[in-house]
Amino acid sequence: MTVPNPLPNSLRSQPDARGHFGQFGGRYVAETLMPLILALEAEYRRAKADPAFEEEFQYLLRQYVGRPNPLYYAQRLTEELGGAKIYLKREELNHTGAHKINNCIGQILLAKRMGKTRIIAETGAGQHGVATATVAALFNIPCTIFMGAVDVARQAPNVFRMKLLGAEVRAVESGTATLKDAMNEALRDWVANVHDTFYIIGTVAGPHPYPELVRDFQSVIGKETRAQMMEAEGRLPDMVLACVGGGSNAIGMFHPFLDDTDVAIVGVEAAGRGIELGDGHHAASIAGGAPGVLHGNKTYLLQDADGQITDAHSVSAGLDYPGIGPEHAWLHEIGRARYVSVTDDEALAAFQKLCRLEGIIPALESAHALAALETLAPELGKDKIIAVNLSGRGDKDIFTVAKALGVEI
Amino acid sequence: MKDRIASAFAHARAEGRAALITFVTGGDPTPADTAAVLDALVEGGADLIELGMPFTDPMADGSAIQLANLRSLSAGTKTADIFAIATAFRTRHPNVPLILMGYANPMIRRGAEWFAAQAKAAGVDGVICVDIPPEEDAELGPALRACGVHLIRLATPTTDVARLPAVLEGSSGFLYYVSVAGITGKQQAAQASIDEAVAHLKSGTGLPIAVGFGVRTPEQAAAIGSVADGVVVGSAIVEIIGQHGAQAAPHVKDYVGSLRAALNAKEPAR
Ligand SMILES: Cc1ncc(COP(=O)(O)O)c(C=O)c1O
Repeated sequence: MTVPNPLPNSLRSQPDARGHFGQFGGRYVAETLMPLILALEAEYRRAKADPAFEEEFQYLLRQYVGRPNPLYYAQRLTEELGGAKIYLKREELNHTGAHKINNCIGQILLAKRMGKTRIIAETGAGQHGVATATVAALFNIPCTIFMGAVDVARQAPNVFRMKLLGAEVRAVESGTATLKDAMNEALRDWVANVHDTFYIIGTVAGPHPYPELVRDFQSVIGKETRAQMMEAEGRLPDMVLACVGGGSNAIGMFHPFLDDTDVAIVGVEAAGRGIELGDGHHAASIAGGAPGVLHGNKTYLLQDADGQITDAHSVSAGLDYPGIGPEHAWLHEIGRARYVSVTDDEALAAFQKLCRLEGIIPALESAHALAALETLAPELGKDKIIAVNLSGRGDKDIFTVAKALGVEI
Repeated sequence: MKDRIASAFAHARAEGRAALITFVTGGDPTPADTAAVLDALVEGGADLIELGMPFTDPMADGSAIQLANLRSLSAGTKTADIFAIATAFRTRHPNVPLILMGYANPMIRRGAEWFAAQAKAAGVDGVICVDIPPEEDAELGPALRACGVHLIRLATPTTDVARLPAVLEGSSGFLYYVSVAGITGKQQAAQASIDEAVAHLKSGTGLPIAVGFGVRTPEQAAAIGSVADGVVVGSAIVEIIGQHGAQAAPHVKDYVGSLRAALNAKEPAR
């Protein structure tokens, strides 16, 4: 139905004025929210044009988050895989242990500009919840985190962390009581409290302008990687690689490279127990889903023939979402990025390999990107370079991994 | 063909009262139970019927309608069942307007043209899509208009003067005023704010104005009916279905009857 848009001069100039990335993205929200997201967009345009906003953002990234983090040459992993030279972008060294904080800093600065006095957020594993609770504490703004009841039960340490940071954690019982339901509940809360509440969305999903602004805040990952790679190797990488849940760490890595056509871009979705097993067994929206509308945007979704959303599954809670950011859907459709998938077992093996070879415990989400290296690095060959986003650290995952390995702790 | 929605509002107006618009979720508690519930709505005195299309992720709904969606989907309700329910309703009730209400994804899954053609063939008069604002009209609006099915839009307390024309553009049938900035359910708007909003909307459009969200009692319905052209009641009916399941029809009829009696007693809408 939608006329295919001609490709723009720069792939980095999306979305269009209405928030579309080709046929994806947009603003599919209840009328109550429309005026608010229009106001958010207007404020974001002003903030983007305001040097003081950028300055405060950069200051906090430097002094509070600990940026820039290193781009580390993983020599032993490179030797083990026997192919391309592997560099790891060390997002796991950020304050709170993942890339999520980059976005939270940006959004809370926007909330402050808009005079909002209450913060809400959704969380799955609790990583975005912890990052949001952290910035809410820093800025002294009350904060409520919506989390599926199932996730509250299986992510107890992060629930406690959020509470320590002063956040209220609301267990969501509706639907499947996981991440998508937490997002539904956050949207319901937002609709009822639009006057004073700012919703900090944790990934490049939601209605326009969220996919754009979250991407912009996360693009610090790719910008640093570019500069650090030039310094280390005097050239750009041949491939950039990242795991994709909603897609925020991946788009943050990819976006600064979109116009460098010699740089291959690969996103890794969670294949769970195997995409071939069908609905309920994986979280690979591109490999196993179809375009549709959920949570304010049009994108690839896990859904049945009637458009009912089907359950996602991944051993990694942060990838356990039935959708993907609309910009990824577009990059897939125009062929600029390639999306592959990795099973739970492959991710668990890559998790252990990085621990042993490099002394780094990666997040299970990031382990999906590492697992994809097993084929990509040898395929690409020895004179090539891959930059992998190590989006988070794996301390949070030790219980899950122990259980998967049949170890009691 | 006569426009059933316009006729229903005209009929109520001629009787000096607001139209009663009732919502239930299709397939709740099972697809086989819905016909009896719809008949009960009509027998109780509903002038227009909103039939909810169940969705796994009803973001704009409170717990009552969320649970109804879950009951329906757990019973295996498919989009085909909703159209079958509508088709059968149209045979039994040739003149009662039927409106499908729901979320975008089930409506566009097989293409908007497919959906609009099915709706038309099933005798559906209008469609309300919660999460397609005017900005995304291209997704569904043109297909419905091409089939002669009304696209009924929502206005809310956050729809200000500057935005109202965009909402009205391409709207037809009636304008649905969501009286609270919030979700369906128990939250209620102050009558004074409803009076003011309806007056504001009427200055912008000749479409009938129906007011919904949080309307539960006959007294509330009557108060709203004194200023609006229609009153929408949903969650309160859905709760009765939640409570009585397959035996809900007589209870639904009684409750709807009490709402209608309260509207009958009122002065004509201004
Ligand atoms: C460490 C880590 N990586 C990746 C993700 C997936 O999110 P996204 O795809 O938005 O980067 C998460 C989400 O919780 C995470 O915690």
